[in-house]
Amino acid sequence: MKTRYSFGGDEHIFVEMDEEMSLDAFFKSLSMTSAVREAEIDGVTEVCPANASFQVKFDPDRIKPDDMLAELKALEHTAESAEKRLNTRIVEFPVYYRDPWTHETLMRFRDRHQDPSGSDLDYAARINGFNTIDEFITAHHSAPWFVSMVGFVSGLPFLYQLVERKKQLEVPKYVRPRTDTPKQTVGYGGCFSCIYSVRGAGGYQMFGITPVTIFDPKQVTSYLRDFLVFFKPGDLVKFTPISREEYDATLAEVQANRYTPRIAEVEFDLEAFNADMDGFNKKLMGALNDV
Amino acid sequence: MTFKVLNTGLLTTIQDLGRPGYFHLGIPISGAMDRLSLRAANLLVGNDEGAAALETVFMGPQLEFEKDAMVAVTGAELPPRVDGEEKPTWTAFKVKAGQVLSFDYLREGARAYIAISGGITTDVYLGSRSTYAIGALGGYEGRALAVGDMVPFGDNGKVKEGRSLEASLRRMPGNPAELRVLPGLYWRLITEEAGRNFFDDEWKVAPEADRMGVRFRGGRPMTFQEREQPFGAGSDPSNIVDGCYSYGSIQVPGGTEPIVLHRDAVSGGGYFTLGAVISADMDLIGQLQPHTPTRFVKVDMEQALAARKERKAQLARIEEALKHQ
Repeated sequence: MKTRYSFGGDEHIFVEMDEEMSLDAFFKSLSMTSAVREAEIDGVTEVCPANASFQVKFDPDRIKPDDMLAELKALEHTAESAEKRLNTRIVEFPVYYRDPWTHETLMRFRDRHQDPSGSDLDYAARINGFNTIDEFITAHHSAPWFVSMVGFVSGLPFLYQLVERKKQLEVPKYVRPRTDTPKQTVGYGGCFSCIYSVRGAGGYQMFGITPVTIFDPKQVTSYLRDFLVFFKPGDLVKFTPISREEYDATLAEVQANRYTPRIAEVEFDLEAFNADMDGFNKKLMGALNDV
Repeated sequence: MTFKVLNTGLLTTIQDLGRPGYFHLGIPISGAMDRLSLRAANLLVGNDEGAAALETVFMGPQLEFEKDAMVAVTGAELPPRVDGEEKPTWTAFKVKAGQVLSFDYLREGARAYIAISGGITTDVYLGSRSTYAIGALGGYEGRALAVGDMVPFGDNGKVKEGRSLEASLRRMPGNPAELRVLPGLYWRLITEEAGRNFFDDEWKVAPEADRMGVRFRGGRPMTFQEREQPFGAGSDPSNIVDGCYSYGSIQVPGGTEPIVLHRDAVSGGGYFTLGAVISADMDLIGQLQPHTPTRFVKVDMEQALAARKERKAQLARIEEALKHQ
């Protein structure tokens, strides 16, 4: 793992903790971004953490770009001593896989896809070595996920599955991004799942849709009254497959501002997880099932 | 006091200087795409430079005023009319209660800024009145203006009609347009040849150009350095492990069509970026019409900072010019 720094124009510095994704890189990035915030460097205007990297926006009228770079490099040691443990929560998200809305959308953008002959799920199942879509969907929802980034648009979570690397699902992004994606689409790109918080452009493969709102600028949704964005980095998610009937019923509850997501407070400890992934996940699921 | 929207034009939104501080949640800065023009329009009518005004693209709206106001139109050359009578751009003019402000057809540029004395006074959301339509927040009910909207504006009677900014104080892209780029970010993923071609080729602005970003086409497809894709990126050589995007950063999905992210940028994603348009040239992108021939010009940090300084000096010249009017 080697930290790489680059300017993004004259107002940003991009810091990549690692080229490849791992929770180790995530925790290093988290520690370093916290250190940058705490350092209160004059001229820093925004700090944005990502999966295995982060970006700092600064005002070059207040701090010279080279000085900004030196300030960041001086904080690099904080990544090495990163604490890889979090007090967090696990949240259940119902997903209607193979829904008609994402299917209609993916058919409209077939010319931008690697394999125009089938659906995104056909393609993802095949290139990941599954015989059927059902087996692929089972792999997608059987183990929980870790929110390793919030961004793209309005509170969209990037999710990394809590399984060993050889069990990780991986797909490329669309050859050319779509100009449309239904709101609350459950997508997939690289090793990440995501939930599209709003309707709009997107490059991830589309697998299904959740009825649960995750972004509400009006803050009327029952569980979003305190803040318009649901997710923060470090949250855990369990996807649960649902039918059309369950989808409709849950959507009605959400829209009537009556829905309460199932949430359990848990601790995530990377060392304990790495030592026994199945056992650790069982404990997470136990906490959620007790709610 | 309000003005009523009789016709929206193509797309008219309320914008100020934006909403910094929420990019880590995927909520971009938004605000005027051509910030210098917004500032100039506000200063012409005696507003604070960052007051909320209208940004209108290609075709202007029709607005009926409920009370007297001073108005200035800057940015794209989109000649205003008051009850049919033509008024100059980059000049403060009066609109009386009951009169209708409309626009002639576009002569140059893409986005005009319509500042109204007192500024637009819709609710401030997360520190700004700028419209971020993708997130349905800010502006007028989180969306572009619609027919029948009654848009509130403030009051100031400080300035005289006829205050004006001469042509030397305006800034528009040339033809071909030139956008200065600082290479970096994931520049190392493309071959040397692809890097040379990017700066040598003439690109054209694609019709897919909006507040999120502007797409270009017409240059040669890019070739990538041979490498094993890092785990988590995806198998296409243009794929990376999703990271943050800079404003102005240039992504090239599949190595074919560069997209420059603008004020309503997505905050991150999984396509590689090869560098970013420098801050001084972001305003120019807001004025590009579809099909405009465009060249990307390679600069280093020193040149980027000099350009930034020059843009600041231009704003100071605008302020100075208006002091004496």
